[in-house]
Amino acid sequence: MVSFSAVAKRYRGGEEALKEVTFSVEPGELVFITGRSGAGKSTLLKLIPAIERPSSGAVIVNGQNVGALKGSAIPYLRRNLGLVFQDQKLLYDRSVFENVMLPLAFSTHSTNEASRRARAALDKVGLLARERSNPIQLSGGEQQRLAIARAVVNRPSILIADEPTANLDAESARRIVDIFVEFNQVGVTVLIATHDQGLVTQYGKRLLHLEGGRVQ
Amino acid sequence: MKAWLRQHRHAFARALPRIELLNVVVIGVALALPAGGYALLESVRAVAGRLAVEPQISVFLDAKRTNVDALGTILKRDPRVVRLRYIPRDQALKELGAVQGMGELVAALGRNPLPDAYVVTTSEENLESLAKDVAKIPGVAQVQADALWARRLATLARLARTALWLLAGVLGAALIAVTFNTIRLQILTQRDEIEVSKLIGATDGFIRRPFYYAGLLQGLAGGALALVIVGGSLALLNREVRLLAESYGSDFRFAFPREPDSVAFLVLAGLLGWLGAHLSVSRHLKEIEPR
Repeated sequence: MVSFSAVAKRYRGGEEALKEVTFSVEPGELVFITGRSGAGKSTLLKLIPAIERPSSGAVIVNGQNVGALKGSAIPYLRRNLGLVFQDQKLLYDRSVFENVMLPLAFSTHSTNEASRRARAALDKVGLLARERSNPIQLSGGEQQRLAIARAVVNRPSILIADEPTANLDAESARRIVDIFVEFNQVGVTVLIATHDQGLVTQYGKRLLHLEGGRVQ
Repeated sequence: MKAWLRQHRHAFARALPRIELLNVVVIGVALALPAGGYALLESVRAVAGRLAVEPQISVFLDAKRTNVDALGTILKRDPRVVRLRYIPRDQALKELGAVQGMGELVAALGRNPLPDAYVVTTSEENLESLAKDVAKIPGVAQVQADALWARRLATLARLARTALWLLAGVLGAALIAVTFNTIRLQILTQRDEIEVSKLIGATDGFIRRPFYYAGLLQGLAGGALALVIVGGSLALLNREVRLLAESYGSDFRFAFPREPDSVAFLVLAGLLGWLGAHLSVSRHLKEIEPR
């Protein structure tokens, strides 16, 4: 489903964020990518939806070589992925419901079906009662749950989360990871980057530890 | 197809609030100048057409010596003659009497002093040579070539037309610049939304579409306002023009551009707005990550 083969990523200026990274993630697997700040976790996750391109090596997602994809094909790749970011990237001039509707605006679903899916996603993360609120009125944990609802509303086969529990208290962080685990239990492949190794070890899932841009 | 239409409806709905009234006013005022100029020029051209804008020669005949039909045949055979009109002396007097203020003078004449005449329409380059040749034909009393008048009028018309095209070009470029800048500001203010849309799988087309609609609609609205300004201005001008024209026995009025011209003008304004949006979007969307 996702495989990295001898992937390296060098940024302009010569900084090498990833070195010879090789691993693969099977369908339905949940993998925690751990490591300290600057270990290359975010860079690794950005290579999957082609936010960044590898300098060398191959990144294969759902059978497609992401590094070789044309720019016009990238949006269609991203529609099959659910992305959750540390800073959530919510739109604060829209309601909770409208934020979740955003990925459905360019889907083929009818307006009724899109609304139904958006509400189902909000229900899944426990925010249906807040659908008319503005994201600014939500707590940090709720904002992260809203970001998850937006990521899953298109029912992606792969969920990718970059430090989704950063800046959250322990209880909220656990609740966020629990949500990802629930999605994984229904067959969604999940990759979560986190520096909080203590939080993720209790789930007994696969850990991929990065250090200095290499998988340990 | 349904999804495609829905996306366009969505883009259209998102574009509507992006149209800024002040920009529409700026565009409308700017476009009103060439549109108004065009309306004035077309009105004057219509009148000038009636007054013989084309180079003409008036051939006055010697009443005692001329065989009118024979002279007409000679003139018709000349390849330089584009059109030929015979004006008998009685008709000439009647036409003179119909001119405002001339009726009493004509009535006081007692007899008709005017000769029979041919009015020969030719091309500008043949005007002088034809006039010289016609003057040599027996039975022709006098030839009057309206070369200077025709040349001056034609030159003035060309000058006005060129000036109008230049003005339209400059103001069209201004429309593009206004739209370019408006869309640039909209892209800047919606940077977060564009970034998020790109991250969750929006195509370039999906992101660009509302901006294209905004440019198109802004251009159309500006064009429509320009036509309203032109219509209003012409109506005001015509109040005075009517009085002036009536004193010369004329029904001259400044005419609003014809329907096809107005539609073409609106389409052009919309296209220029779209072009401004396209240039702005092409340049500024690239700056927003992720690409």
